[in-house]
Amino acid sequence: MPVTLTLPTVLSRLTHGQATLEASGTTVGEVVTQVADRFPSLGPRLRDEKGGAYPFIAFYLNDQDTRFLGGLDAPVTEGDEITVVLAVAGG
Amino acid sequence: MLVSGGIVSSPKRPARDVDETRFTLLPLRCAVCGARYEPAPVAICEQCLGPLEPEYPAAEAPPTRATIASRERSLWRYREFLPLDGPPELSPDSGFTPLLEAPTLARRLGVARAWLKNDSVSHPSLSFKDRVVAVAINAARAFGLDTVGCASTGNLANAVAAQAARAGMPAWIFIPHDLEPAKVIATAVYRPHLVRIRGTYDDVNRLCTQAADRFRWGIVNVNLRSYYGEGSKTVAFEIAEQLGWRLPTAVIAPMAGGSLLTKLNKGFNEFRRAGLVSDELPRLFGAQAEGCAPIVRLVRENSEVIQPAIPNTIARSLAIGSPADGVFAARAIRKTGGWAAAVSDQELVAGIRLLAETSGVFAETAGGVTVAAALALAAGGHLRADDEVVLCITGNGLKTVDPLSDIISDLPTIAPRLRDLAQLVEQPALP
Repeated sequence: MPVTLTLPTVLSRLTHGQATLEASGTTVGEVVTQVADRFPSLGPRLRDEKGGAYPFIAFYLNDQDTRFLGGLDAPVTEGDEITVVLAVAGG
Repeated sequence: MLVSGGIVSSPKRPARDVDETRFTLLPLRCAVCGARYEPAPVAICEQCLGPLEPEYPAAEAPPTRATIASRERSLWRYREFLPLDGPPELSPDSGFTPLLEAPTLARRLGVARAWLKNDSVSHPSLSFKDRVVAVAINAARAFGLDTVGCASTGNLANAVAAQAARAGMPAWIFIPHDLEPAKVIATAVYRPHLVRIRGTYDDVNRLCTQAADRFRWGIVNVNLRSYYGEGSKTVAFEIAEQLGWRLPTAVIAPMAGGSLLTKLNKGFNEFRRAGLVSDELPRLFGAQAEGCAPIVRLVRENSEVIQPAIPNTIARSLAIGSPADGVFAARAIRKTGGWAAAVSDQELVAGIRLLAETSGVFAETAGGVTVAAALALAAGGHLRADDEVVLCITGNGLKTVDPLSDIISDLPTIAPRLRDLAQLVEQPALP
């Protein structure tokens, strides 16, 4: 299902400056995997070698933290927006 | 290591001069992978996305106790341990708050001695956030950023608004929509661009992270965070100096994002390395409210992975469900042999009252959490009879009076007649 994935500037440097990408999948993890396959240098920044989430990156699905929705297994539907947020902020 | 943004070839301070400022900033280094960066308003490593920290020059001789003691009574007396190379241009007089001995509280805790590090009287906005903003606003000026901002649970909003007003800088401040009115008013009075966000602090923080990416602002706890956080170390420095250049055996601090506790650990370590103190590091104890205790959970479960929480507590200044420094705070607690405690809203209100009644200090809800957690830690056997304990009181009670409203519900009201007063005074039991 087509969805969009938005990256912060520091990561969009690895996608030729594209901050918003279109991709597809049935879960957040599948979408991330598809994007990682298209941009090999981005992949290792989005998830670890086992495909798991890093502590310093949060994925938001339509403004909701996916850690409350099943993490990378959170299901996505057509038109959803996934936002990658760097978690080293605040406090 | 080569990184975009430049190569840092030596630990010396950068030669770059900034037009209006009398100082430069230190280069940065990733706390996780060690990648090095030139001074910049960035807080995240491009290599591993870990947090960046200032890199202090190794060869510079540390100041002596006498040198520090001879300086101004502000956090800038510890300038060699702060990331500015030169005197600050802005906010010269934050820090150096009182350290008060609290013997009655010590007896209640069953420890040898207890003190309060009283940042409830911090200048200018009555919380420890004045320290971090003092550093960050100077960093913003050095980078030529003419607008500052923050995501805040209240105290930081107060500090940024006040210090930006004094500096003549525009400020964009973002807060959860349901913050305590006193904290909102104590921000709005300085006339920043103050925006309420429908959501929790974590929602506000996410928006601010994106805003820092979009606008050329110095958001103190986002893109200036590497420099900002260093201001918290001065709490540790002041504790050591005010105790007579020695360390306590235990320190109890509230935890929201976890930065304060992490920087306390860093500060005590830096003073030891500089030879300014020689005692063992204090055991560090963290305090949170039960309604938002992701770091306490991390400590108790000996985990390295934050499980974010949806906050539900009246301790709004600690209501961060996804704490950026949670993992580092938990590590500091474990490494020093400390522990962490979470307390109920009822217990934190009792903590505020106990502190006021025994020490004459009126703390905000976070201070109530700290006192209540200290009692819980004592009851749980985590404090020893020979302990010398410092409790960090980080904000002023006048900002969060609502939870205490019932303490004035049964006050006596009398006519302005001596007879009525005498009757009240001489009655068997005063209310």
